[in-house]
Amino acid sequence: MGIPIHVNVNSKSYQREVDARQLLVYFLRDELRLTGTHVGCDTSGCGACTVIVDGKAVKSCTMLAVQADGAHITTIEGLAENDALHPLQEGFHEEHGLQCGFCTPGMIMSALDLLGKNPNPSETEIRHALEGNLCRCTGYHNIVRAIQFAAAKMREEVTHG
Amino acid sequence: MIPNEFEYLRAGSVDEAISLLQAHEDAKILAGGHSLIPVMKLRLNAPAQLIDISRVPELRSIREEGNTIVIGACVTHQEIASSELIQSKLPILAEAANMIGDVQVRNMGTIGGSLAHADPAADWPASMLATEAEIIVKGPNGERSIAASDFFVGLFTTMLEPLEILTGIRIPMPATHSKSTYVKFVQPASRFAIVGCAVVLEKNNGHIDNIKVAFTGVSTKAFRDVNVENALKGKSLDATNIAVAAEQAAEGVDVLGDHFASNEYRKHLAKVYLKRALNSL
Amino acid sequence: MASMIGQPVKRIEDKRFITGQGKYTDDVILPQMTHAYILRSPFAHATITHIDVSAALAMEGVVAVFTGKDIAEAGIGGVPTGWQVNFRTGETMKEPPHPLLVKDKVRFMGDAVAIVIAETKALAKDAAELVEIEYEEHEPAIFAAQAIQDGAPLVHDDAPNNLCFDWELGDQSATDAALANAYHITTLEFENQRLAPNAIEPRSAIGHYEPGTDKYTLYTSTQNPHLVRLLMTAFVLGLPEHKVRVVSSDVGGGFGSKIFHYIEEALVTWCSGKIRRPVKWTAERSESFMTDAHGRDHHSKAELGFDKDGKVLGLRVKTVANLGAYLSTFAPAVPTYLYGTLLQGLYSTPAIYVNVLGVFTHTTPVDAYRGAGRPEATYLLERLFDNAAREMNMDPAELRFKNFIPPFDGINQPGYQTQVALQYDSGNYEPVLKRALEMVDYENLRKEQEEGRKNGKLIGIGFSTYIEACGIAPSAVVGALGARAGLYEHGQVRVEPTGKVTVFTGSHSHGQGHETTFAQIVADKLGIPMDHVNIVHGDTESTGFGMGTYGSRSLAVGGSAIVKSIEKVIEKGSKIAAHLLEASVDDLEFAEGKWTIKGTDRSVAFGEVSLTAYVPHNYPAGLEPGLDFSSFYDPANFTYPFGAHIAVVEVDPETGKVTLKRFVACDDVGNVVNPMIVDGQIHGGLAQGISQALLEGVVYDEQGQLLNGSYMDYTMPRADDLPMFEIERKVTPCPHNPLGVKGAGEAGTIGSTPAVVNAVLDALAPFGIKDLTMPLTSEKVWRAMQQKSNGHTHSK
Repeated sequence: MGIPIHVNVNSKSYQREVDARQLLVYFLRDELRLTGTHVGCDTSGCGACTVIVDGKAVKSCTMLAVQADGAHITTIEGLAENDALHPLQEGFHEEHGLQCGFCTPGMIMSALDLLGKNPNPSETEIRHALEGNLCRCTGYHNIVRAIQFAAAKMREEVTHG
Repeated sequence: MIPNEFEYLRAGSVDEAISLLQAHEDAKILAGGHSLIPVMKLRLNAPAQLIDISRVPELRSIREEGNTIVIGACVTHQEIASSELIQSKLPILAEAANMIGDVQVRNMGTIGGSLAHADPAADWPASMLATEAEIIVKGPNGERSIAASDFFVGLFTTMLEPLEILTGIRIPMPATHSKSTYVKFVQPASRFAIVGCAVVLEKNNGHIDNIKVAFTGVSTKAFRDVNVENALKGKSLDATNIAVAAEQAAEGVDVLGDHFASNEYRKHLAKVYLKRALNSL
Repeated sequence: MASMIGQPVKRIEDKRFITGQGKYTDDVILPQMTHAYILRSPFAHATITHIDVSAALAMEGVVAVFTGKDIAEAGIGGVPTGWQVNFRTGETMKEPPHPLLVKDKVRFMGDAVAIVIAETKALAKDAAELVEIEYEEHEPAIFAAQAIQDGAPLVHDDAPNNLCFDWELGDQSATDAALANAYHITTLEFENQRLAPNAIEPRSAIGHYEPGTDKYTLYTSTQNPHLVRLLMTAFVLGLPEHKVRVVSSDVGGGFGSKIFHYIEEALVTWCSGKIRRPVKWTAERSESFMTDAHGRDHHSKAELGFDKDGKVLGLRVKTVANLGAYLSTFAPAVPTYLYGTLLQGLYSTPAIYVNVLGVFTHTTPVDAYRGAGRPEATYLLERLFDNAAREMNMDPAELRFKNFIPPFDGINQPGYQTQVALQYDSGNYEPVLKRALEMVDYENLRKEQEEGRKNGKLIGIGFSTYIEACGIAPSAVVGALGARAGLYEHGQVRVEPTGKVTVFTGSHSHGQGHETTFAQIVADKLGIPMDHVNIVHGDTESTGFGMGTYGSRSLAVGGSAIVKSIEKVIEKGSKIAAHLLEASVDDLEFAEGKWTIKGTDRSVAFGEVSLTAYVPHNYPAGLEPGLDFSSFYDPANFTYPFGAHIAVVEVDPETGKVTLKRFVACDDVGNVVNPMIVDGQIHGGLAQGISQALLEGVVYDEQGQLLNGSYMDYTMPRADDLPMFEIERKVTPCPHNPLGVKGAGEAGTIGSTPAVVNAVLDALAPFGIKDLTMPLTSEKVWRAMQQKSNGHTHSK
């Protein structure tokens, strides 16, 4: 019947049997009930489903759950440590980087990928890094600010240990 | 958006994948899935089996072999973009990789998957043609290489035989003094190429003695633009020569048209983007 | 305590969204829940000749399949429209029903034909492939201008020439006379193209019938839960309203598209009753493109006349508005009362006449989309102004200054009576344009443009000075204009015994941040900390009858309802406080969360008064216990925000690609409660307006096939399409609501579109290009430059 997979999601280990055709996003939402990851389109365009798989941002609507077998996955639910918000979460709050909140988890995950590669991105680099994520509410202005906020904070954390 | 049902098979080696292909008539090869899964979600394609080759170690490396660079089929666009070897030896590939889709697509999508899919608006084919890549395929009868210029047959069709798997790309090491670039006019919704232009050239005493120009997005398949190459061979890269060469771009080719770019406009863009590519070199 | 009003307080609602704890409709999982897939017509106009669901029904895991026949047999008519517009002859508009599932004739690509319900959504989809449907195709009428021609295919047999209405407003003879005497008339004919709203959350609905209580719950992604319940129960399904609960918790953006009562809401509710299990439907994006009500789609011809000094004399407009296949909830109002009434703009135009034909076509229904009618009016006027300035060789800013209505505050000076029915509340138009000119450094910018032109750089500067009517209401006025509902708002302030406050509002937040803004108001007025306030919305079972959120009305109308209730709380609290302090009510003042006897330090705190209200042992005689008030606020007028927008663009002379270099906006939305949130609203609005100008547009072919129904083909604005916005504000308070607020949700969208188009045309002025049709794609711009270069007029 199902295919056995083993995944680590938000530092928690799961053994599950999945249908071959189950997309990772539905595995997260329907099986693990991690509904913070959203589905906004059918053509891998909007980025609302973005999660981190083995350190990289991917669109979980364009990945089969079986492809994630053995992977470490971080979703928006796993970003805050012991209730302490991640600098990106803080940035989105401080800079009003979200309105309806639907695209936000995916935006934050893409930004996380960016800041992992480039701790001090320019405005242009931030905008370029968000090309796989659509937001209809904010006009992106405050999302850029939110990521700048987080980048500065994360650099500071690195400097001051 | 949920695909039709299928059976998932994971191959541990290329040979195993070939055996699985032989055993399953309606099977498809799954690498990063970024060309295949979208069409399966839309139920435009419903293979009975997917054979996942993405974990086959030999398909995952970028390496130097003699005077060539070999990129495994399952290397992702992002891995190419960030590879130091590619950045130093074949910077055009890093440049092109960075322009594919978006970061999430680059993190999962593979060069082999993209080439086998042969979307006429994909980015890779132009730089494959301009770097004179060979596409390495393996089937029940063993391995063979297909020149990139022969590989693309038409809209979503290649020289790949039904039981063959694209295993990698072999690219001759460019001359140390060669220059290259990939430029792109982007389709604003999909971020595919309306026009993608790859140029690789070598100059000798200010004169071009070797040039390869290729376009993607312009026609049903990517192509080398020999007219442009001939117009520039032996010439210097001055404004006049560039303008004359640009007039040749995409001439004699059946140019695509859609609501983003008519064939007339697309042809015009091919000329402009060729000019921009040449001016940057 | 400093006033909370006017502070950029960080949003209370953020925490759940940034940690993945938001609860959108598709996140709701109920026991025994089934999943629905809706089969839709692939054709714009066809007759269903055969439908066979037996194979689908026989599939394992399928619970039920229903078709149009089942709906018809159940006696269910269709979803109604909420606004009536009459022909200028007085005849009532045509109002054909919109069935939940079509039995005979499909009328647009996406019309619902059957619903398949299964144990999982994958199975529902699989089973849907087994439903056999045969169609006989007919010629469709897709474009409004063609649909009104004699002999065009009819969408509805009882609407000749596909006319829903032929409506007019203004003084035709005065306008004709004014234009006949004009020194200069500028004329433009333009499209305001059709847009797909594209909230990133696709619509979703779950019907849940519970036999044990004989009650229904509908979870739905709506901006408007009470109206959905009223329309669905009373006009569609004939269910008892009090036994139906509509819940709309977190909603992932609306932009108008989630105001309306959609067939899917009634369908899942009805199906749930039939199968006695919950039924969930969530749109796929392709369905959203086909079935979320589209916006705009006007074709207009407009003439604006001036005297020789550039004073505007008259405006004549003829508009053909595409309404789509059926009338969506607010559809008739959008191209009439939300459009014609705004043609005065900021200008003292003495004569205006507009005639609008509302036309059915075989396309997705069209309804309110961010701005709704007002962007269309603004686009037309502002394009005319920049065009006139160019033709008359005047500066576009100067031409506007010449024609602005003089300032009026609505208190010392009366409101401004327009030629098109409305009376503006308050306005002061010069300062916003003056400030925008300073912000953009206009003089230097023009120099830069001149320099650029010498070097082949095509820089353009475009203007828009807009007004809009929002805070939609008052009920008596909208009723006279054809609304079938009131447009007040409800707000309940329930002080809990411990002095904490729960507010129930009929407004609905789907990104606007009401949980913060409303809490600021309550905290400010009652002098309590914001975290003592909880804002509840989006559930018909807990909130009083509300009219929902749209038309930038929530703060002006919903906020005012809350203020009214707060005033009642303070009034009653004063009686209790007076009793506790053994003083007279008249001797008390309420400030900073306590009642104090004036001139003394004797006081009683808010919390003590609230506790006393619920433990009324020592209590004023004859006074009811409790501290809990509801109010309905029905405003005296619309509110009229306005502003000045300036766009700076650069056009690539080789490719035609337009780059937006800068966007400057100076808006006046009245008083501001939370400037951070208002900035965010303006940003988002600007992005949508700019995107209409440059990127977006629904494309149908002549057979009514939607050619760009996905994100692969429909261009949405992305981060790298936009610059940082430069925005500031002026404040002209609204004179007629207690907060002095006007509304900010749509201003950005309304003002920005023409500014961008005007800027592109300004950049292209050396080519003599007068008009381009939105969206201004690279190819269109390139083509226009090509034609003019190959022709003549290429003067520098």
